Amino acid sequence: MSTNPITWPEAEVVSRPFVDRLHEWVTTVDHKRLGLMYIFYALIFLVIGGIEAAIMRVQLSAAHNNFVSPQVFNQMFTMHGTTMIFFVAMPLVFGFANYLLPLMLGARDMAFPRLNAFSFWLTAFGGILLYFSFLGGNGLYGAGGAPDVGWFAYAPLTAPTFSPGHSTDFWTLSLLVSGFGSIGTAINIIATILCMRCPGMELRKMPLFAWLNLVMAGMVILAVSPLSAAQIMLLIDRYLGGHFFDTQAGGSAVIWMHFFWIFGHPEVYVLVIPAFAMASEIVPVFSRKPIFGYPVMVAATVCIGFIGMSVWAHHMFTIGMSSNANTFFVLSTMAISVPTGIKIFNWLATMWGGKIEFKAPMLFIVGFLFQFLIAGLTGIMLSIAPFDWQLGNSYFVVAHFHYVIVGGILFAVFGGFYYWFPKMSGKMYDEKLAKIHFCLFFVGFHLTFDFMHIPGLLGMPRRIYTYEPGRGWDAWNLLVTIGVFVQALSVLVFAVNLLWSYLKGNLAGNDPWDAWTLEWSANSPPPAYNFASVPTVKSRRPLWDLKHPEDPDWKYE
Amino acid sequence: MSAASATVPAAEFRWSPAVRGQLGMYCLIAAEAAIFTIFVVAYLFYLGKSLNGPTPREVLHFPVAMTICLLSSSVSIHLAASSLRKGRIGTFAGWWFLTLALGAAFLLGTALEWRHLIYEKRLTIQTNLFGTTYYSLVGLHAFHVVVGLVGLSTVLLLTLLGSVRRQHSQRVDVFALYWHFVDSVWIVVVMVVYVIGR
Repeated sequence: MSTNPITWPEAEVVSRPFVDRLHEWVTTVDHKRLGLMYIFYALIFLVIGGIEAAIMRVQLSAAHNNFVSPQVFNQMFTMHGTTMIFFVAMPLVFGFANYLLPLMLGARDMAFPRLNAFSFWLTAFGGILLYFSFLGGNGLYGAGGAPDVGWFAYAPLTAPTFSPGHSTDFWTLSLLVSGFGSIGTAINIIATILCMRCPGMELRKMPLFAWLNLVMAGMVILAVSPLSAAQIMLLIDRYLGGHFFDTQAGGSAVIWMHFFWIFGHPEVYVLVIPAFAMASEIVPVFSRKPIFGYPVMVAATVCIGFIGMSVWAHHMFTIGMSSNANTFFVLSTMAISVPTGIKIFNWLATMWGGKIEFKAPMLFIVGFLFQFLIAGLTGIMLSIAPFDWQLGNSYFVVAHFHYVIVGGILFAVFGGFYYWFPKMSGKMYDEKLAKIHFCLFFVGFHLTFDFMHIPGLLGMPRRIYTYEPGRGWDAWNLLVTIGVFVQALSVLVFAVNLLWSYLKGNLAGNDPWDAWTLEWSANSPPPAYNFASVPTVKSRRPLWDLKHPEDPDWKYE
Repeated sequence: MSAASATVPAAEFRWSPAVRGQLGMYCLIAAEAAIFTIFVVAYLFYLGKSLNGPTPREVLHFPVAMTICLLSSSVSIHLAASSLRKGRIGTFAGWWFLTLALGAAFLLGTALEWRHLIYEKRLTIQTNLFGTTYYSLVGLHAFHVVVGLVGLSTVLLLTLLGSVRRQHSQRVDVFALYWHFVDSVWIVVVMVVYVIGR
């Protein structure tokens, strides 16, 4: 494809007053703008959540430290967890899905553009509601501030007796509101993928990105709804005097745990499957080979979707379930590593014998593969109930799930950022800065989360605001804290790179990676209408067919 | 892109933009079903766990009239939707109004039942676990009926103003799906609350 002149009416846009442009963004129903807003929104909250993490780590860097009070520490881990899952990871996932799906499927927009905007603003206001608690959480009781019940808010901590004031209400309501936003977006994603594909794009010719996001959206519908139901019950308890989680009246604290983790564990797959989706697009392009085992990849993902709905109680081994329940959840948790392993082998087989180019997207994806494997291995350790009885609620668990979320998901998303940045902005990022970002982030990540396993093994529980010296935890905690600041520095490099490249970068052209999916045939950045004429595809790699008419893919698929 | 057209076999089912409304509604129904499932599980889990009375057996009576109203409204909305598909606006308005009336009658039944429970049987959402789970589950369903009635009245108003035509039948079909869902949830609620739970 030749580099077409960009059709974006740039001069016109710049000349209009700021208020007009703002109005345009606020009222937009364009999937690309909503996607970008999701992503910006997530990046802002990434910084906020990161600052909260840094505050905790400074407090824990030495024994008997007095950087923050225990009350503030409780608020920090609650807000950090809630922010990172609901207002960073979910919007990032939805942002990329929103931006890329119509382009990859050859569509003009999502299936329900207005629902799309509605869902975004629900999520946005959910986040603002959560952070308003810093101002409004005191309520009439003069207690609280930000929520401090932990991100899974176990009963009876959330009962009015233990959470006076409105801090817990802000937590509940913000998750309820953003949950409705998530369900709306998931409905939109499913309808878009099933109904809006361009002619010739059968289900088995869709990019893997679309397939994986379809599974993700299905899981959102089945997993976020139970969370919303549980939040409604909590509101009934807190406002109407109900007894769902009130043990004094015969209610059960354990049923909240079940309801929360019926959401909580599938949520991990909701976040990691889009990361898999990005890996499945980036690995083939930078290995210069088609993806290995496309049907098996799809089948493995659907498998993960199914098994992922039935593993939730492995978060609850320590509460004393029956041995039958323990056995079931041990086995289902171990079973899910099989389809996950299949995917890892498929990516490796795609790279095997390929002409691998280690540009920034591929570097991050290789990091993702390596770290996600380790995260999976500590996951198998924790899936063994007796092992979990020893290490449940310790820093080993914290290290494990940060390995999944940072080492797995965030690495893949950074890869996705560099891969699609040229499409979204029309400019090429700076490869040198990107490599510095990767190196710093890699070092910082491993400094923090490798060493975090060790105090956990030595018995350090999570969520303590300080500890006695001389338990062998001090040096490890200091190293972990140093790693956090290396990570913060690398994210700064990332932000500078995006900003500088957007303003001063070289033009990227429509197809800088010589890639094969439809989004690379649109202009960079794509015009509001995406494609001037409706594309028609005959294979999984329509742009390969176009570039190599003598040897097209559809002859072999 | 050059238009090298891919020939799709005519017999194969094609997801078309026309079915996206239906598909979106089915997805919403799946999400709603998950929400109701959690409330039903909580109801069943807490059966017989209340520390004090009244118990379901003492105060609940099988709601025959309400059930007949709601289930027959599914038939009437089906007849309404099919007459709109044939372009018979008058018949459509009649059946649609009947649906609205049956839904409102159902809601009136719920209101009377709750009044009876609150004022005569002294059962509120705070009384015991039965009260909490009962009012939550039945109330969640009643809330969905209210949303349905708002939709039904909006369409009826638009029909009386003369702006509902044959080409809107797809949208009415999508709404009918929601109403059928609310009705089928009632079957589950009746089974759980008034049959198994009593």
